[in-house]
Amino acid sequence: MTKLIKGTTRRGALKTLAGAAAGTAALPLWARYAQAQSSEPIKIGFQQHSTGIGAAYGRWYGRTTEAAVKVINDGGGINGRMIEVIAEDDGTDPKRGAEVVEKFANQHNCDVAFGTLFSHVVIGSSPRAGELKLPYFVVSEGHHVASGMLNRYTLQPGITDVKSQVQAMAPYVSENLGKKVTMIFPDFAFGHDHRDFFSAAIEAQGGEVLEKIAIPPTETSFTKYFPRIPRDTEVLYHVMVGPAVLTFVKELGEFFGPSSPAIFGFIDSLEAVDIASPGLEFLEGTYFWEGNPRYAQADQTEYDKAFRAAVGVDDNGASISDPTDVSTYAHMFGCWETLHVIKHGLEHSGYQGPGDRAKLIEAVEALTDFPEGHAHPQGAKIFNGKTHQVFGHQYISRVENGKLVRVHTTSIEDTLYPDEVDYTTQPL
Amino acid sequence: MEFGPHLLLATLEGAVTAAVLALTAVGLSLVFGVMRVVNIAHGEFYMLGAVIAWYVAHMMGGHPALGFFLALVLAPLLVGAIAVLADVIILKRVDYDPERTIVATIGLLYIIQQLTLMTYGPEARPVEAPFNSRIALPWFEWGENGFQFYYPWGLSTTSYKLAVIGAAGVVLLGVWAMMTRTKVGLLMRATQADRDMALAFGIPVERVYALVFGIGAALAALGAVLIVPIQQAHYLMGADPLLLAFIVVIIGGLGSLPGTVLAALFIGLSDGIISVFFSPTLAKILATLLVGLVLVWRPQGLFGTRTA
Repeated sequence: MTKLIKGTTRRGALKTLAGAAAGTAALPLWARYAQAQSSEPIKIGFQQHSTGIGAAYGRWYGRTTEAAVKVINDGGGINGRMIEVIAEDDGTDPKRGAEVVEKFANQHNCDVAFGTLFSHVVIGSSPRAGELKLPYFVVSEGHHVASGMLNRYTLQPGITDVKSQVQAMAPYVSENLGKKVTMIFPDFAFGHDHRDFFSAAIEAQGGEVLEKIAIPPTETSFTKYFPRIPRDTEVLYHVMVGPAVLTFVKELGEFFGPSSPAIFGFIDSLEAVDIASPGLEFLEGTYFWEGNPRYAQADQTEYDKAFRAAVGVDDNGASISDPTDVSTYAHMFGCWETLHVIKHGLEHSGYQGPGDRAKLIEAVEALTDFPEGHAHPQGAKIFNGKTHQVFGHQYISRVENGKLVRVHTTSIEDTLYPDEVDYTTQPL
Repeated sequence: MEFGPHLLLATLEGAVTAAVLALTAVGLSLVFGVMRVVNIAHGEFYMLGAVIAWYVAHMMGGHPALGFFLALVLAPLLVGAIAVLADVIILKRVDYDPERTIVATIGLLYIIQQLTLMTYGPEARPVEAPFNSRIALPWFEWGENGFQFYYPWGLSTTSYKLAVIGAAGVVLLGVWAMMTRTKVGLLMRATQADRDMALAFGIPVERVYALVFGIGAALAALGAVLIVPIQQAHYLMGADPLLLAFIVVIIGGLGSLPGTVLAALFIGLSDGIISVFFSPTLAKILATLLVGLVLVWRPQGLFGTRTA
């Protein structure tokens, strides 16, 4: 006789396993999370302009972000957790930008989103970030953050805004170059910031803007716009973006020939473009605003040196591996500094997971001073928690022998203006 | 700037646009006329021409003219070869069916564009002009001393821009001569007139098709090589010429070469002049409006012949 022993059968074992798996899956999310919390990486969604008119910026924002993340991770990460960057291309398109933000929140389960530059993309994406309560750190320069147009979840702690930049330029322009200004700017939010704030700032200095010439950012030929420059212009103020910036500057030179007014430009018109390109010789002796001097200056700080080395940029602001690959040096430090602010905020808020996003916003709002250092190689900054905007030094450079040489540094006070919003009163 | 010099400047700028547009549109029109294929990827062949020009100029080094003139020969040849390949591999397989070729060329558009993005990258790169000197232009006025010439501020063009206009004219004459004076042209016209009859008379229609598709693309590439020292090579640069070329071809009459050239002149010049005096957006609005009007009142285009 054989005794029936109720033992383990393959089928039975499978049943038990399935039950256990189902049980685990049914556990509340926090229980699984609590187990993993110490090793789970901090996920930063990087909204990158890989394609579209912002692609040159996107590439360098990408390299700077990679370098900053490496430095932070090599230094032990954030509260011991590594940073994982999830980059998504937004095509420099506002509609796609909002979708990317949504993906970060719902699909990738990112802790924060970061990195957007072009103002129309920021303006298109920020409302969605606010609805999803996803902290959205932009590196955009636009005045839309500090103007109160956006929401409590959108912050700009790593790069100054256009209003403070142009306000700080106006005194130098009117004292050294002339008082009758003609402005050429791209026809979207960023260009309109230039138009509005520089006009006001130069009038405050006793100057005037004779003509404002708006050019669509996708334009490829420019000579047809230049006849609108009035004859009695003393200073030509230019700022242009997009893939055709080199054409823009070249045609400007061809238009004026030997008899041009003084020229003051924002380096945006030549970001990622070699100043020594053929056709740009006429820029010799003209002035540029620079967010961060592209060429290593005589009094270069050790922080700038370390920053260049980490990102892989030489003393001329071009890639170490390819000297024709010129960086967007005046802007990309913003990614580096923003990531360090995010690290600071995450550490001070005792951040554990997406449930603590509101705590992160409050922690960043409480920050005030960023001293110059390895985390802030562009210079010291003051952060305004109410307007979510940072303020810092601005640089004016002159083209001398085909290189940009810094001739003026503004104080941070030159760039301040009264608050236009208090985001801290908005609910989290 | 006063009205007179301003108008002259606008006309010159418009003429450069018109010259390049004529080359691009003639290519498009040729393909449609002979093959009845609406080639949505035409703008990408234009872009490829510019990108190849950059590669050639970049690798040549030396005097800029060397690389440029080599590109002027190589880029249209290479792009033409790619187009012939696309014709044999894709268009032939869908039997040149009008709807399916549209979808197929849309696919081709994305493939070329994204491959360029993956290899060449997203940045705009310049090609140096072989020669480029600024030419200040004089203007006249009736002053106190009677009739006199003077040089207004900003009224200038460059030798290269004038050369582009001249070169486009020469190429267009060449295309015209090829179509009317050579055997290849005769075969093309025969195929255009009646495909089946041409086949019955022993004309290798499939080879004619491949050749026409190649020539159409090569013309677009040639236009791009000419423009790339003025603008820059960028992977998205094909969109605008495609739209304008379609506008030109519809207004001029699909398949009519003289109509296409005249329409290109008209659209290019009006684009230059309207965008200088009013706004570039208005120029595009008016061009699109004109297309609408032509389609309503004269669907075959200004110079087209009505097909039964």
